[in-house]
Amino acid sequence: MTENHGRLADNILYFARALRAAGMPVGPGAALDALEALCVARIGNREDFYWTLHAVFVKRHEHSVLFDQAFRIFFRKRGYIEKLIAAMLPDTPGYEPKSPPPGAQRIQEALFSDLNERARNSEVEFDARLTVSDREILRKKDFAQMSAAEIDETKKAIAELALPLDELRTRRLRSSRRGHLIDLRRTLRASMKAGAAVIDLRYLGPSMKEPPVVALLDISGSMSQYTRLFLNFLHAVTDSRKRVITFLFGTRLTNVTRAIRARDPDEALAACSAHVVDWSGGTRIATSLHTFNKQWARRVLGQGAVVLLITDGLECDADDTLSFEMDRLRRSCRRLIWLNPLLRFEGFEARAKGVRAMLPHVDELRPIHNLESMTALVRALSGAPAKSYDPRALLRQVA
Amino acid sequence: MSPLPTSIDATLGLLAKADYIADRSLATVLYLALKMGRPLFLEGEAGTGKTEIAKVLAATLGRKLIRLQCYEGLDISAAVYEWNYGSQMIAIRLAEAQGEEDRSRIEHDIFSERYLIKRPLLQALEADPNGSPVLLIDEIDRTDEAFEAFLLEVLADFQVTVPELGTVKAADPPIVVVTSNRTREVHDALKRRCLYHWVGYPDAARELKILRAKVPDIAKKLSEQVVDFVQALRKEDLFKAPGVAETLDWASALTELDVIALDPATVSDTLGVLLKYQDDIARFDQTKVKSLLDEVKSGLRAAE
Repeated sequence: MTENHGRLADNILYFARALRAAGMPVGPGAALDALEALCVARIGNREDFYWTLHAVFVKRHEHSVLFDQAFRIFFRKRGYIEKLIAAMLPDTPGYEPKSPPPGAQRIQEALFSDLNERARNSEVEFDARLTVSDREILRKKDFAQMSAAEIDETKKAIAELALPLDELRTRRLRSSRRGHLIDLRRTLRASMKAGAAVIDLRYLGPSMKEPPVVALLDISGSMSQYTRLFLNFLHAVTDSRKRVITFLFGTRLTNVTRAIRARDPDEALAACSAHVVDWSGGTRIATSLHTFNKQWARRVLGQGAVVLLITDGLECDADDTLSFEMDRLRRSCRRLIWLNPLLRFEGFEARAKGVRAMLPHVDELRPIHNLESMTALVRALSGAPAKSYDPRALLRQVA
Repeated sequence: MSPLPTSIDATLGLLAKADYIADRSLATVLYLALKMGRPLFLEGEAGTGKTEIAKVLAATLGRKLIRLQCYEGLDISAAVYEWNYGSQMIAIRLAEAQGEEDRSRIEHDIFSERYLIKRPLLQALEADPNGSPVLLIDEIDRTDEAFEAFLLEVLADFQVTVPELGTVKAADPPIVVVTSNRTREVHDALKRRCLYHWVGYPDAARELKILRAKVPDIAKKLSEQVVDFVQALRKEDLFKAPGVAETLDWASALTELDVIALDPATVSDTLGVLLKYQDDIARFDQTKVKSLLDEVKSGLRAAE
């Protein structure tokens, strides 16, 4: 049994590493805890085994899916472990392999990299830094086919944006050294300590808060190679901030805010896809904006919202309504930023009718097609609108 | 103090007593809220009578109405309690002048109920000889999420914690009505604790009843025309459709102007009472108003 125990310990460690590679925050302590838990729990069957490990490794609800996947694949792929488990567990129920749910790709990869590593029996450090050309590939690649490393890399890069989006002064007060209002409650408390002869004044100042971000993302055919990346970007933004509201539009408007809140990007994107019926179809920007203005603007644009409108502006039936709806949109939000991937082309000119209709109404027009432009966007959001992205300059060029 | 209604019909009757013509779904959810002691969360467009429900409830049940109007920056000191710092300062000086040395004693004295200023939420938890009060938390979407989170404790357990005093718990929970205009989504956690109801625009028959109850001296023909015109207007593609409050305002305005029947000119002149957005008003020029009015009139003639 001691030998078995030794191999169990090894395997738990490998399992923990696999979970870590799949993106779960599993530290070495968790592996030790797991071993201890397995010893204490006196495993009777596979289910107990599963839930014991689950109890130790899973700290967030979102990770449950990843864990489940990892567990199934890990204990299937390795026959010899199966034997080991079988030795410990008298009745191992078989199971049917199903089509891989979201997350499966990442787990599989995590486990395989683990296996290869072991096979080579060397300390191969996975080089996670990508070269420029890799990044170029990353940009065009479908997220569904991305490897764990690539998702990880994109996520890391996006997370490094740190999102120091602008802060707004709220009407709520909090204690502050440089405040202008006397905080009577704390002043009284302080002078109770010091004796009433000395009054030590404390102050209140306005507290700051990040304004809500409302993203309107075009998912029509002409944008298809970017949408996944942008969705991931929006997922990262949603991850780090509370108030991000995301809409997708092609021929109709869909609110995917809830779907995109899933912690795991695969799950979030899958949930988004399930919600939307008009992937990679045509664009009806004016109609979509009309729906937004009428049904959502008043619900989501309060409290100084910033609107990110992500579209190439290639509208088939551009007429006055588009201009009208853009105008209304700009009047209902604090700042309207148009992110246009077409702007990556040198010498982009505002010739398309839709573009010309929309340009006069945006506060800023920025490119967004790779990680650099995303970084620039985030930096820009924290400050005043940049002169170089003034939409009127582009209009003047054409006129 | 009147007893709580014992059935949905009784609830409808209770509201009708105060000229509030509710539909059955609203009466049902209100009855359940009263029966189960759960807060009632009313959401809907502006001017559909959400706030009115709390007022009517308080009036017909003979309870005290405590209103907490939410606004951005609403905090504990404006919503729950505040200490009377001036009096506290004086009390400290007096105690020291009298040679009171024991600091903890002074502290105990000044943080007593005597120096506590009660704001709406704390008031609502107090026992009242007329029965527990009606607490109206109006336009909750105007506050921020932090205040919403604070409300969770109040609405779930009907208790409030004042650090210096301890926890204040309502012996008899208040009747809570929360309203929202949906300028922001209220968090699920708060909604989960409440019974939810969407207050929509009334249908023509109910709106006519409401109009006649609220503006009793309106001419019969005019009231029909007003209601049908507003109902037709709501079907148009407007940025903001007129609410019941607008219908009532318009009806009173027309009565003040001694109008007995609608004509296109009067409608155009008074359209500002119904429509509050320039785009909407601009879309309704004379000809459009005339055609809509003709439709309404011919509809009414056909019904006769």
